[in-house]
Amino acid sequence: MTSSHPRSAKSSLLGYYLQLGLRSLRRNPVLTALMVAGIALGIAASMTTLTVMHLMGSDPIPWKSDRLHYVQLDNWSGDQPFSEDGRPPDQVTYQDAVALMRAGKADKQAAMFKLSLPVQPENKDLKPFQSLGRVTYADFFEMFEPRFEYGSPWSRAQDEEHARVVVLGKEMNEKLFGGQDSTGRTVRLDGNDYTIVGVLDTWNLRTRYYDLTNGAFADPDEFFMPFTTAIDLKKRSTGNNSCWRSSGDGWDAYLASDCVWMQMWVQLDSPARLAEYHAFLDNYVTEQKKLGRFPRPLNNRLLNVTEWMRDQRVVSRDVEVQTGLAFAFLVVCLVNTIGLLLAKFTRKAGEIGLRRALGASRRDVFSQFLVESGVVGLTGGVLGLVLTGFGLLAVRALYVEYKTVASLDWLMVATTIVLAIVSALLAGLYPTWRACRVQPAAQLKM
Amino acid sequence: MEIRPILSALMRSKVSMILIGLQVALTLAIVCNALFIIGQRLDLMDRPSGMNEADTFLFGSSGFGHGFDARATMKADLALLRRMPGVVEAAPTNSVPLLGGGWSSGVSLKPQQKTSTANTTFYLVDDHGIDTFGVKLVAGRNFTPAEIEDHDLGQRVQPKVIIVTRALADRLFPDGDALGKQVYLDEDEPRSTIVGIVEKAQEPWVDSDEIEHATFIPYFMPYGNVSRYIVRTEPGRRDEVMKAVEQAMAESNTSRIVGRLRSMEQIRQEAYANDRAMAIILGVVIVALLAITALGIVGMASFWVAQRTRQIGTRRALGATRFDILRYFQTENFIITTLGLVVGGVLAYALSLWLMQQYQSPRLPWYYVPVGFVCLWALGQVAVLGPALRASRVPPAVATRSV
Repeated sequence: MTSSHPRSAKSSLLGYYLQLGLRSLRRNPVLTALMVAGIALGIAASMTTLTVMHLMGSDPIPWKSDRLHYVQLDNWSGDQPFSEDGRPPDQVTYQDAVALMRAGKADKQAAMFKLSLPVQPENKDLKPFQSLGRVTYADFFEMFEPRFEYGSPWSRAQDEEHARVVVLGKEMNEKLFGGQDSTGRTVRLDGNDYTIVGVLDTWNLRTRYYDLTNGAFADPDEFFMPFTTAIDLKKRSTGNNSCWRSSGDGWDAYLASDCVWMQMWVQLDSPARLAEYHAFLDNYVTEQKKLGRFPRPLNNRLLNVTEWMRDQRVVSRDVEVQTGLAFAFLVVCLVNTIGLLLAKFTRKAGEIGLRRALGASRRDVFSQFLVESGVVGLTGGVLGLVLTGFGLLAVRALYVEYKTVASLDWLMVATTIVLAIVSALLAGLYPTWRACRVQPAAQLKM
Repeated sequence: MEIRPILSALMRSKVSMILIGLQVALTLAIVCNALFIIGQRLDLMDRPSGMNEADTFLFGSSGFGHGFDARATMKADLALLRRMPGVVEAAPTNSVPLLGGGWSSGVSLKPQQKTSTANTTFYLVDDHGIDTFGVKLVAGRNFTPAEIEDHDLGQRVQPKVIIVTRALADRLFPDGDALGKQVYLDEDEPRSTIVGIVEKAQEPWVDSDEIEHATFIPYFMPYGNVSRYIVRTEPGRRDEVMKAVEQAMAESNTSRIVGRLRSMEQIRQEAYANDRAMAIILGVVIVALLAITALGIVGMASFWVAQRTRQIGTRRALGATRFDILRYFQTENFIITTLGLVVGGVLAYALSLWLMQQYQSPRLPWYYVPVGFVCLWALGQVAVLGPALRASRVPPAVATRSV
């Protein structure tokens, strides 16, 4: 140590402490392994569950999630609420969806529903297959912003014309046209030909937030078709349909019924627009009441994306409970590490006393032992990160539908490392502090 | 007993004692509640669907194009299925228990009743349905071929006759005289007469509050161009028949898509995948927790033994037997564990209370905590045994050595 170069002295001291720490850790390999394994297991359990919870609940469209609103109207029976806690139905009727689309009072608006159709490929080598798609309006693409690989969305005019056009998902285009630009070509769905106007690029939605009723983790939609065109097919949605009274006989009666089977989204670009639209909805329902509909009190809601995800419990109770228990487990692991480090440092009282008697300051002792616990933490953290990877693989095996939310991103990797070091330092702090309080004289007596 | 010296020794390492106690406390609280949750999930998974699940499988067929004759296809498919070797019975249906998707509706005793008397799922089947499902008819009779009506999606559901589960029958007619009674599936006339009661058939939704309420309706109904079939095979031949059926269906008609064939066992597994995952994850947490706690006790006890080697030697020199030393450490562990367990018991009930408030979960039954006490006492005693035995082997001569 050269006192004339404080900077280098400091760094070499750190190196020296590291050496001391490593040597001390090597001296009790079983104990060290126990502490490292404890931290690693605690970190892995809490990070695995936290990652799933974080990705499930994370905002899928952060730059505009507060401007996209889900429309809920309470058209349910006067005798019985849709749900016991008074929430309005989670979908809307055909007649209301169409009325709101016609009114066009929002900045952008798209009603939609899920539809499964058979695809009959031109290529005779391919067998016909069933595909799940979405029936919606042109605004959908501007609202939810999927990127296009080829072409573009259909136009609002085409919505009006009931145009036989379709936008394909990337996978479907891959399957039917080998991934080539298929715009302008046609695809046959259930006996009808549709002109392809656009092909989406990869659209990795962690949660399919625009249709939570039919599964937040459902597979991506394989095609998109104008709403008006699809209604002409007189096909019911493949998704959920709920009625509070019989819809009567036939297709027209169904469309005129109070059965809910559609999702309705609006984009409102400012809080003022949101207030205006809310007033418009209340007004609409009041008008409908005069026609004998909407027997319940006014109960319209316009939740934004994150509010809607919370309302629909995208992060399931199970995942929350798992995360809570995993963190409690981490606490136990930390308590365990504190106990072991404490015992270990206590046994070194003699050594500490000797060093203190030879001139080491409390600070020196403190840094030395903190380095030792830091090493334990870092090793535990790295091991924990690896175990988290395995943990997420296990989650994917256990929950097939969680494949999009059980993967590590950089934020989570960084969180893991930080959590590990902070945990280990926290665990090391008290034992280290105790170690520094050793009186030089007391330990040197025989 | 040497409780007093143990206590005064413990008082000198309060922090270590608190840490071990805290660990035991948290472990007890978490393990009790996690085990309780696992138990609930296993109970859910254990519920019978009422069907013959071992020998049945389900698949769908969807026709395409404008010329597709759904009704004729269904008749042909069913005739073909029933002829196939290994097939005992086959029937059309819209859904089955555990499937997760189906039709649910209210049942009323009066026309235009404001709130329905009960909710039920509908299984639209023909006269082969009851046999194919393998549900047990406990009263009345099956549908006759003449009772099967052609039905279109979007038409009112007003069958002349129905078969209901016993649970639904008892809900509608608590006096137990449901057979022959009439109910409204639609709001208006005509009514439907209960001609049969089956012992049990679950709804398709495993999280339903009224999971035992099912109604069989004698409707022959293609869902658009889509139809679904359930097939029951001779015992042990299911997998082989599934392969044969898949091929026969694909060959019999090329203007339709045959969906994935799924055995009822697969459907059950998918229905309870989340509950199984929850049970497994909590199980892993419990095992890891117990292991960490046990190893923590081992580590801590080892240090104490090492730290007190001289005192142990002294005690031995003063006449303490090896058994005395062993018992000293066992008793010490027992005291610490007990203190932790008392705190943990309170924590366990507190955690349960919190889960009840947050997630409407049921209350932790009282006996979980006492059973947890016994298990963790045992765990502590086993964990401390190694270090304690090591301590008991410290020779008295150690006392005479200096450092």
